[in-house]
Amino acid sequence: MQLIPCPWCGPREEAEFSYGGQAHVPYPDSPAELSDEEWAHYVFFRANPKGRFAERWNHGAGCRRWFNAIRDTATYRFERVYRLDDPKPGVTELARSREEGTAP
Amino acid sequence: MSPRTPGADLPEHPDALWRNPEPKRSYDVVIVGGGGHGLATAHYLAKNHGITDVAVLEKGWLAGGNMARNTTIIRSNYLWDESSAIYEHALKLWEGLEEDLGYPILFSQRGVLNLAHTLQDVRDSVRRVEANKLNGVDAEWLEPDEVRKVCPIVNTSTEIRYPVLGATYQPRAGIAKHDYVAWGFARRADQAGIDLVQDCEVTGFTTDGDRVTGVQTTRGTIGAGTVALCAAGHTSVLTDMLGIRVPIQSHPLQALVSELLEPVHPTVVMSNAVHVYVSQAHKGELVMGAGVDSYNGYGQRGAFHVIERQMAAAVELFPVFARAHLLRTWAGIVDTSPDASPIVGRTAYDNLYLNCGWGTGGFKATPGIGWALAHTIAHGEPHPTVAPFGLDRFVTGALVDEHGAAAVAH
Repeated sequence: MQLIPCPWCGPREEAEFSYGGQAHVPYPDSPAELSDEEWAHYVFFRANPKGRFAERWNHGAGCRRWFNAIRDTATYRFERVYRLDDPKPGVTELARSREEGTAP
Repeated sequence: MSPRTPGADLPEHPDALWRNPEPKRSYDVVIVGGGGHGLATAHYLAKNHGITDVAVLEKGWLAGGNMARNTTIIRSNYLWDESSAIYEHALKLWEGLEEDLGYPILFSQRGVLNLAHTLQDVRDSVRRVEANKLNGVDAEWLEPDEVRKVCPIVNTSTEIRYPVLGATYQPRAGIAKHDYVAWGFARRADQAGIDLVQDCEVTGFTTDGDRVTGVQTTRGTIGAGTVALCAAGHTSVLTDMLGIRVPIQSHPLQALVSELLEPVHPTVVMSNAVHVYVSQAHKGELVMGAGVDSYNGYGQRGAFHVIERQMAAAVELFPVFARAHLLRTWAGIVDTSPDASPIVGRTAYDNLYLNCGWGTGGFKATPGIGWALAHTIAHGEPHPTVAPFGLDRFVTGALVDEHGAAAVAH
């Protein structure tokens, strides 16, 4: 079974986690002013890339905390896990953590 | 000593069912995706509309994606009128498809049981049966003893964790041989002069204002009068190139087969609650499907614990399977939509048509969507059976929520 590196508990089996979909989707700033189309995009439309994807995970059978991850949807490899309130890592930052061997 | 290389006296290679042409510089219609939906669309473009200047572009080999990976279940017992209409249209076409294609597809109307395990399941199922009847779809509610008559190997004991409280039954449902279906469509399309171009991956599009003028591929740029996307789980990869947003998420969906067994399973059994769906292929393998893996994935493989859960459900429901050996597992990439209904029709580009979002249930729709998408392309307006499934429903709110009847958890 694939191991997922929980930022708080370390590597644990995939079955302990649940998936939360795309990360960094903020609630609209002024919801009352949104058009139907903008609402549709907020509610229903999410990115679906083949490759690197920033997404939310929950360690439900462990610390029960949410975290974010950069994962490759083609290889299923986790490149980076980080706190919910951390900004989305940039491409150069990901490359550096791979070089330094700090990527999970 | 034989002078010949061993094996050189093997029989001649059988006749190819289709040519393997070089792509032309342009076509009236370019279909991206040579799976069941793309091939069926090509067939009906030629047969129903006389449109034969058509190319079907396939990045791998014909019907090697989800068409080769599904569990071949065909049924039309969906809840809402919109879904009943398209799936029943498809089922009626299935019933005459062997004759239409002049090719055996081993379509076997052995019926499907959708089991109910909780009181809420029972209420939902009875409601769906009544809805089906109103839509002219054959459907019955069966009590546990009647379930046992239709499929004697189902465990209808009250002692199990989630006892079978009954089932919906659609006698006209069944299975077909997925490869033969694809080959039948491909052969007919090829005979009509349509080019089926394999090993031809779309890498980009050329556009002019609100029109797509061509597709860039690994075999050169191909001009197109109209483009239709039939790429299932890879649709987002294509629409991202065009800057169109589509509300689908691609997930791995796993299935497996057992070794060959004597005929033991006379029908198709699906269970939403404990989650497995099983039929027995003509050759004898038990064919079983799981729910989707939770995460987005394009890897055509999934996690083992998903299969373990599916097997636990299968063995509880069918104790007779307990000693069967697993032969093979695999995954396809399914394009799930927010309401578990397909997304078909026009896009922001005037001559680009979308066909995706079939998620876990695209195989059963193959002839129906081929027919409807061909009509949509030929007339520039959605066929009545796909009109409710436009991309705009996510803005208007007119969703067609089939999470209950889609029957595969996602």
